[in-house]
This record gives sequence, C-alpha cells and structure tokens, in this order.
Amino acid sequence: MIFAIILLPLFSFLVISFVLRPFFNNRPQLSAYTTICAIVGSLILSIWALIAVNGAENHVLTSTSYQWLAIGDTVINIGITMDSLAAIMVVTVSTISLLVQIYSIGYMKGDGGFARYFAFMSLFTASMLGLVLADNLLFLFLFWEGVGLCSYLLIGFWFHKPEAARAAMKAFVVTRLGDFGFLVAIIFLYVKTGTFDIGELHELALAGVLGGSTLTLAAIGIFSGAVGKSGQFPLHTWLPDAMEGPTPVSALIHAATMVTAGVYLVARMFPMIASSETAITVVAIIGGFTAIFAATMGLVATDIKRVLAYSTISQLGYMMLGLGAVGIGYASGHLDGHHALTLGVAVAIFHLFTHAFFKSLLFLGSGSTSHATGTFDMRKMGGLRKVQPWTYVTFVIGSLSLAGIWPLAGFWSKEGILHEAHAYTPVLFWLAMITVFMTAFYMFRAVFLTFHGEYRGGKEGSHSHGLHESPKIIIIPLVILAIFAVIAGWLPVGDFLGADVHFSFFGALTSWLAWASLSFGIAGILLAYIIYVRKLLSAKSIGQSLGPVYTLLIRKYFFDELYERFFVMRFLVDGIFAVFQWIDTYIVDGSVNGIATITVAGGKVMRRLETGQLQVYGLAIFIGILAIIAFLFIFS
Amino acid sequence: MAVGLEHFLILSAVLFAIGLYGVLAKRNAVVILMSIEIMLTAVNITMVAFSRYSHVISGQVFVIFIMVVAAAEAAVGLALIIAIYRSRKTVDAEKFDLMKW
Amino acid sequence: MDFPYLSTIVFLPVIGAIVIALLPGANPRRIKLAAAAFTAVSFFLSLALFSMFDRSLDGPQFVEQLSWIPAINVQYFMGVDGLSLPLVLLTTFIGFVAVLVSWNINLRVREYFAWLLVLETGILGVFCSLDLILFFIFWEVELIPMYMLISIWGTGRKEYSAIKFVLYTLFGSAFMLVGILLLYFQAGTFDMIALAGMGLDSILSSMMAAAIFFLIIIAYAIKLPIFPFHTWLPDAHTDAPTAVSVVLAGVLLKMGGYGMIRVAVGIFPETAHSYAPLFVVVAVIGVIYGAAMTLRQTDLKKLIAYSSVSHMGFVLLGIFALSQVSMTGAVLQMVSHGIITGLLFAMVGLVYSKTHERSIPRLGGLVRQMPVIAVVFSIAGLAALGLPGTSGFAAEVITFLGSFGSTMVPGIHIYTILAITGVVLGAGYILWMLRRVFYGPPRDEYNGVPDADKLEKVYIFAFVAVIMLIGLYPRILTDIIKVGIQTITGGL
Repeated sequence: MIFAIILLPLFSFLVISFVLRPFFNNRPQLSAYTTICAIVGSLILSIWALIAVNGAENHVLTSTSYQWLAIGDTVINIGITMDSLAAIMVVTVSTISLLVQIYSIGYMKGDGGFARYFAFMSLFTASMLGLVLADNLLFLFLFWEGVGLCSYLLIGFWFHKPEAARAAMKAFVVTRLGDFGFLVAIIFLYVKTGTFDIGELHELALAGVLGGSTLTLAAIGIFSGAVGKSGQFPLHTWLPDAMEGPTPVSALIHAATMVTAGVYLVARMFPMIASSETAITVVAIIGGFTAIFAATMGLVATDIKRVLAYSTISQLGYMMLGLGAVGIGYASGHLDGHHALTLGVAVAIFHLFTHAFFKSLLFLGSGSTSHATGTFDMRKMGGLRKVQPWTYVTFVIGSLSLAGIWPLAGFWSKEGILHEAHAYTPVLFWLAMITVFMTAFYMFRAVFLTFHGEYRGGKEGSHSHGLHESPKIIIIPLVILAIFAVIAGWLPVGDFLGADVHFSFFGALTSWLAWASLSFGIAGILLAYIIYVRKLLSAKSIGQSLGPVYTLLIRKYFFDELYERFFVMRFLVDGIFAVFQWIDTYIVDGSVNGIATITVAGGKVMRRLETGQLQVYGLAIFIGILAIIAFLFIFS
Repeated sequence: MAVGLEHFLILSAVLFAIGLYGVLAKRNAVVILMSIEIMLTAVNITMVAFSRYSHVISGQVFVIFIMVVAAAEAAVGLALIIAIYRSRKTVDAEKFDLMKW
Repeated sequence: MDFPYLSTIVFLPVIGAIVIALLPGANPRRIKLAAAAFTAVSFFLSLALFSMFDRSLDGPQFVEQLSWIPAINVQYFMGVDGLSLPLVLLTTFIGFVAVLVSWNINLRVREYFAWLLVLETGILGVFCSLDLILFFIFWEVELIPMYMLISIWGTGRKEYSAIKFVLYTLFGSAFMLVGILLLYFQAGTFDMIALAGMGLDSILSSMMAAAIFFLIIIAYAIKLPIFPFHTWLPDAHTDAPTAVSVVLAGVLLKMGGYGMIRVAVGIFPETAHSYAPLFVVVAVIGVIYGAAMTLRQTDLKKLIAYSSVSHMGFVLLGIFALSQVSMTGAVLQMVSHGIITGLLFAMVGLVYSKTHERSIPRLGGLVRQMPVIAVVFSIAGLAALGLPGTSGFAAEVITFLGSFGSTMVPGIHIYTILAITGVVLGAGYILWMLRRVFYGPPRDEYNGVPDADKLEKVYIFAFVAVIMLIGLYPRILTDIIKVGIQTITGGL
C-alpha cells in the first residue's frame, strides 16, 4: 500500500511516456488527467497513511524490504518506512503537487511539450515521494538523484532557450557537487557501520558506537548533499537561475519537491547529525548565514521570480537554523534526549510545511501576473491590482504569511524557529531577526511594484487594456493555497511529530519575542510602503548613495563570476585542464609518436645498406658464414 | 696414389669456390644460375664421398633428392629469368634491384 | 562430452565470415542478413549459457579440454566462469548490435562484414580460453580485423590511427608473450586454472614473480587503457567507423580488464597486492585526467573516448582494491561501460550520419530535428554520469563501496574519494556536451535532417533496456560475477 504512493505517479510517467505521448499525441489533455488522477491517488493514500501512522504503535508503519545486492558480507536492502515525519512530508508533497498540476493545465495550455511536461512532473513527484519514504540512505540517494534529474529536465523544459539549457545544467552540476559529499558519506558510513539503514544508524549514533571524527565527517558529508539540494550557501547559485523553467515547476521545486529535500534529509538524519556538535554547529551557521545572505540579494532583484527564489533560499536557511539551534542545544546538553530530537525536527518541518503552501501560492501568483503581462520583470508591471483582484488578494495573503504576520501560517512556524534560535544561538538569532525585516520589505516591495501604481509595461502610451484576470483553473488553486497559507499554522504538525507544542491562538501574542518579530516585519512592510507607494524616499537615490553595495547585491556578490567564469572556466578548463591537454598531446602522445619517428628515421639511414642486389646480399651471407666459422675455430 | 677422401673434398671445395665466385661476381643471370648448379654439384660430391667412406647410405639418398630438386630449381630459375627478360629486356643482375625499398 | 557450446559460440561468427566471403551473389542485403543471423545465433546461445550456468559452483563450467600441441603441453581448453560469462554475453550482444549499426555500410560490404565477424570471434576467444597460448592467439587474432576495419572504412587520419593501434597493442603483446613463456618455463604449464592454483608467488622468487607480473600486465594496461598508455584510444575511436567504435569501447577494452583479473591478479595475487598502491594511484590519475581531457575536446567522438579513459580508471581502481566487492564492481563496471559507451558511440554515429558533423561547436539545438536521438543520447549520457537507476550507478557505487572498504591497500580511502570526484566531473562534461549539441536554438542548416529510423530505434532501445535492467536489478549480473571473483580473491 505504501509503495503505491510512489508507484502511482511513476506509473503515470510510464503511461504518458510510452502510451499517451507516442499514440495519443493529438489529445495532450489525457496526460494531464492521468497525472492528476495518479496524484489524487497518492494524496488519498498519504492521508490514509497519516491517519494510520497516528494510530500505529511508535507511530511507524514498517514495510517489507527487498534485497538489491548481495556480495559476500555486503548486503544492500531497499525498503520503505512510513513514520510521522514521512507522513507529513508525503501529504505536503502530494497536496502541493496536485494543486500545481491543476494550475498547470491552464498555465501550460497550448505548449508543444504538454505531454512531456506532465510526464516529467509525474516522475518528479514520484521521486520526491520515494525520497521521503526510503528507509535507507542508498535507496534515498537513488530518489535524491532522481529528483535532481527531474529538476534538470524541467528547468531545461524550454530547451531551445540557451539560458534554460544553461540553468538546467547548472542546477544539476552544482547540486551534484553537494551530492559528492553525500555519496562519500554514505559509503563511509557503510564501511564503518555495515548498514545503510537510517534507523540503525541513529541507534548507533545515539548509543555512541558511531562517534568522534567518523560521525562528524559523515554528518558533514550528508549535510553537504543537503546544502546542494536546498541551495544553501555556498552552493546557492543554481536556485535563482532555475527560474528559467515554467513557473509551476518553480512552484513545485521551491515548495515541495526539490529544495525541501535537503531540509528533509537533515531532519531525517537529525538524531545522527545532532550527535556531533561540530556538524550541527555547521548546520546552524550555514543556515543562519544563508538566511540573511539570500535576503540581501532579494532586496534588489527586479525579476519577481528571483525575489521569490531568494526568499526560498532564505527560508530554507531558517529551517536549517531551526534544526541547527535545537541540535546545538542538544549537543551542549541544554536539552535532553528524545525531546530535543523531536523538537528540532518539529520546528523545521513545521516551517517547511507552512512554507510549502505560501511559497507555492506566491509562485503560482507570479505566474498568474505573467500570464497577463508576459513578463516577470517588475519594472514592466504595476497596477495589476485592478485587473487581477483574485491574484492580488491571494498574493498579498502569501506575502503576509511569508513576512510572518499574526495569525497567518508563516507567523507560527517562524516563531518556533526564532524561539529556539534565541535560546541556543543568540548571534544567529539576531541575524534571523534582521532577516525578518528584510523579508517583509522585499516581499512588499514586490507586491507594491507589481500590483500598485500605474501599469508600466507594453508599448509607449498603451495602458492596462488587454490585461485580464487569469482563467478559473489558475485562480482556484491560488484560492485553495491562500486558505492554507492562513490556516496551515494552526494545524498541530509539531504535536503530530512528537514535540509538545502549546498552540494558543492569542497566547502567542503574550511573549516579547512575538512582538519583536512582528514589529520587525511590520517595519519592513512600512518601509516598502514609504518607498514604493508614497514615494517619500526614492529607491534610486538610495541605490546610488550605496553604490558599491548595490552593485555587489545586484551582481549576487559576484558568486556566478567567481564560480563559473573564474573557477570553472579560467582556472579549471582553460587552466589546469589545458595544461593536461598540453601534456597529453606533447608528452604522453608525443613520446609515442617520438618513438615512431625515431624508428622511421633510423630505418631511413639503415635502408641505404640495402642495395636490392642479390649478389651483394649473397656476399654478405658468405662473409657472415666465414666469420662464424672463424669464430668457432678460434674459441672452440 | 690411391684416391682418398681428401681428394674428393678438395675437388668439391674448388668447385664450390668457383661456383660461389660465379654467383657473387657474374652479372649475367644465366651464368649465376649455372654457378649455383656448380655449387650444388660440389655439395653432392662431398655427400657421396662421405657416404662412401663412412658406409652410410643416406648421404647418397640425399644426393638423389638434391639432384631432383636442383633440376626443378633450374627449371623455375630459368623460367624466372625468361620472365624478367621479357619485362626488362635484360638479364643483367645489377639491373635487378626490385628488392630495394 | 556435452554439446560444445563455447566452441559453437566462439566460432559461429568466423564461420559466418567464411560463408559471407564465399556467398554467391553480391547482394549486400543478403550479406547483412547472413551476418546478423550468425551473430544473433551466437547471442542467443550465450543467453542460453547464461541461464544454464550454475551459480553455486565456482571454477569454470562448460569446459572443453583437448590436447593440442602435446610437446609443449598446449591444450585447446575452453571454459567460462562467473568472471568471463558476463563478458561473453556482452560481446555477443555488442557483436550482434554492431552488425545492425553497420546496416548502412555500402563500401566493400562483403569484406567489411567478414572482418567484423572475425573480430567477434577473436574477442570471444579471449574470454573463453583457459590456456595461455590459446588466449594469446585469440588476443592477436583480433588485431588484424581491427586494422582492416579502421584503415579501410574509417575517416580522417585512418591509416595513422590503425597503425598506431596495431603497433601499440603488439608492443604490449610482445611483452606478454615473453611473460607467458617465462611462466611456462617456471611452472611447466599454460593452463590458467592450474597456474592460478599453484600459489606461484611463494614458489618463485619475488623478483621473478614481479618480472612476469609486469611483463604480462603491460599488455592489459595498454588495452584497458590506463594512463599513460591511453593515447591510441582517442585516435582509434575518432577515425574508426561507428560499429567498430562500438565494439572497441564496448568489448575490446574489456579484454584488458579481464586479462588483469584473470591472468595478472589471478596467478599472482600476492605480487598484485604488493604493487597495488601503484596501480590505484594510476587509476585515480586516469579517472581525473580522463575527465579533465573530455572538457577540452571539441570532437564528439574524442570526448566520449576520453570519458572511456576516465571510466576505465574506475575499473582499475576496483581491480586493485583487491576486495571481492570492489572487483565485482569493476567487472560490473566493465559490462555497464560496454553497454553505455557502446550506445554513446552508436548515437554519435547516428548524429554524424545524419548531420555529417562531429564538431561540437558546429552542432546545436538538434533536439528539435531529431527528438528520439536526443532522448536516447541523453539517457546514455545520464547513465554514463552514474545516475541512479542506470547500470552506471550500480557499477560505480559497488566499485566505490568495495574500494573504500578494502583493507588491502593503505590510503585507499583517499584514493576512492578522489576517484569519486570523477563522478562530479562526469556530470559536468556529459551535460555540457548535451547542452551544446542538443539544446539551445535549433539551427537552420539541420532542418529536415531525419531522426532515427525503425531499425536504429530497435537497437538503441535495446541498449536502453539493458542499461535500465542492470541499473534496477544488478543482482542479475553480480550474483554470477561474485562467484568468479571469489576464486580470485580467495588467493589473498
């Protein structure tokens, strides 16, 4: 039954690729319906699993495993397990995926690759569900790479655009850099412990059998995989470029199926990673730093999807920070065992859960605006509030939720993380508070630029005529997601994950922390209002007065240049590898050809001795025989 | 003076040397072929002589073989020379440098 | 004695070659059909062998043993075990597909297919022989058809490449022959099974054992090829006709790996153990160096040729990590690489035959004009970069797992990690290549270029199916390979 959650979308992929696409290509709608049916099936099963897990002993549903490989003592099994963490994840993934697919029917209408799109989306969903359910690291890695593959295919969906092809490749290669560490860690752990099984690894780590530098190295290796997938610093560069794919893909990647995999991995491996203080500190620092680092770049981006992309990176940083902070509390002994381990996971996954709703809402909303204006450049939008009221309202709800305004979903989950960060990592807590301000600012900058003021796009003098609200099939998912973006924070996700979270609708407002973060958020919104609506301050003059900083931000701290142009092209391909090629041509192959040339040259000299006249050869033979006879006479 | 083994050997050595000289020095291919025959004859004489003096009959058997082969070889050799003559209009051995690279 | 399966499999292609050479009527179609028929029968027989093979026994099965040259104790001794059977299966598969790949050849068709079939017999003989002299003869037999195929049906500097290939290989073979003879004079037999069972490491002086070991292994090092003996490979691949590239990458290189395991390590396990660090270092250099070179190539075929150098580094690493798992991984990697790279070369051949262009900068946007080729090329590429679910991943992960866990070589952890960086570079060069060839705006000059036809689709999808099968269920091969490896690692 649990296997069916993965198999349904996988089956949908196969049906579309091998039946619908080749034989029913004139009716592409079929592939969308196939995908949606499969995901509805997965969703129903996921909800069933959620309920079943809640009632099950230890909150775990085990499933059979199969032997994948057996050589001598090396036995590798693959199997799946359904526990509360996995249950939350599968429900989130299949819900978001379903809504995104419905939206896609409208958004991708008339695209030449309609069937291909839905095939990839099915596979993407299947991979993510598999990743969540896998019970051992190697099997998880299989789906992990599958997710990477699908993101590659979908980011590069419009392959005729060079930027899309470039972004797709960048996404795959950069995440693979992280996966390198992950794979090494998996192998390392197996060699040290003899198991890939996640549960067994946790037991070994908690029992102290797995410890010391082995544990630290392995934990950091696993985290490096998460850094790549979740776009954490320093492997964040691929995520903003991933905007080249269709917008619903971005929504899916950012909310449910790709970048959350990294956070999920850390959460899944949390008891092990938290057992190493060094490793969990690295997680916290990377998370906290990425949160503010990405937010600064979001301040100046002009492409609405890029703003959202940076906010995703930033929010993922929050989740990592949440895990890291609780982990530090655990590793330093401030928190006791079981409680800490569930608390960390609960805090991070709760934010992942709420984030999934409002972030997919925001992406789909931005797609809806682009549906009308044909661009994602906010400088060419404006005034859409009047023509797209539904999009506007839902987008604002999403933005408020993301900015962490009470009582929307984002408030509750962000509050949880800030609370833990305040308790165990004070420095990172203040960074996170500044990020709250920045987040509110850049989100409302986007809202005001896109929906307020006058329409700035189109030809000279033309007005907002021809702009229109998107069709129902696009609006309905937005509305559903907007509802979730409000109420998702009220759901007892933390309790379900085993942490004691006291939910109190108004009680939350009694702590100073809540007021602090709320005021930071509202301050950000107000600042955006002052600059972009009332225009009391000019954005341009601020940008000019902060010249170098502005350039630094708009050029993304020059990381793309550093990585691609300098490190990969200049240093590796045109540097070291060019030297290798020189060696290959002139030394390795040169010596081979040199030997051949010497042989030929020697032959040219020696062949002068060969006159071609038999009599000369005969004489030589005769003299030779005489010489041999003489030799035998003398020495015998 | 009784004719001993050494007389035969000297005769054969002289004949062999004459043949060798002919093979190496003469330019006419036909003469070279004849010289080869002389060398073979010299060898035959040695064989027969040893056979006679050591009472082993196999030497004489070999001589018969050699004579047969020599006859065949002379035929093939002459045929080759004629073939070369037809294509090159000469039997001068110094002009035959087909084996030169 | 039972039905001589092995002799039938090995000699069917050469009989086919004779039949083709003597076939009355010069109808190219009949020649091609005959070639396909003979290779297909050979393939199905080896499939039968695969199903009949007893997976619980070690040691060779389907043995045929006849005295051949009694004076020096040379036998006609054939047999397969878990090590060679997958390679036999691979060879007959690639051999059959190579005929299909060559379907559009129309220059001197009769000779071409005759040589192609002789080539297959040569390679199969190497994998089946258990007598060193027989092994050596087959090893050399394969050179002649390769020379002919490259120098007559090739492109570019074909004579240069053909001669380079033959001389380079002969250079190695000369050393191997000396090694084999030395071995014979020391041990008195050419029987590989007997030699492996003798424990020659301890009988011979360590100098002598090392001398024979290195004399023999040089031939395999050239064939595999390992750095720095690899430069014949890009040239041969670039100038060879497509089907020959497929065979060359698919199975010919594996003769090197097979020889290393069977002869060098199999007979001298202790000597291999003492020199393993050297080979492991060379393997890591090969992996990174080969991958680095691919990023500098502009010729599609050369790029894939260098990727072979990189992938063969994994094989070498697996072999000289000297554990059962790592060697099983190495053999699986040989089979998997044979299929993946065979497919890659077939795809390059298709692209080239349709566009008449192999230079990467002058290609681009082809996915519009040839969608099927683009899809299969991408699958092959993804398999080559080790995407889970494909055979490339299964083979690589088993190799790494075995190597990392090996206790035979000091510092193997570092070397394995360095080798794994090759996987990252692999993603780089494969995706970069795919992007430059297939993605981006379509180019007008390739408008109207045909996609793969029916026959081409049949064989490329056959390749894909095998890649996925091994990737999803590697036990189908590892269960057999591990039996063969067990006898070899047992000596350690």
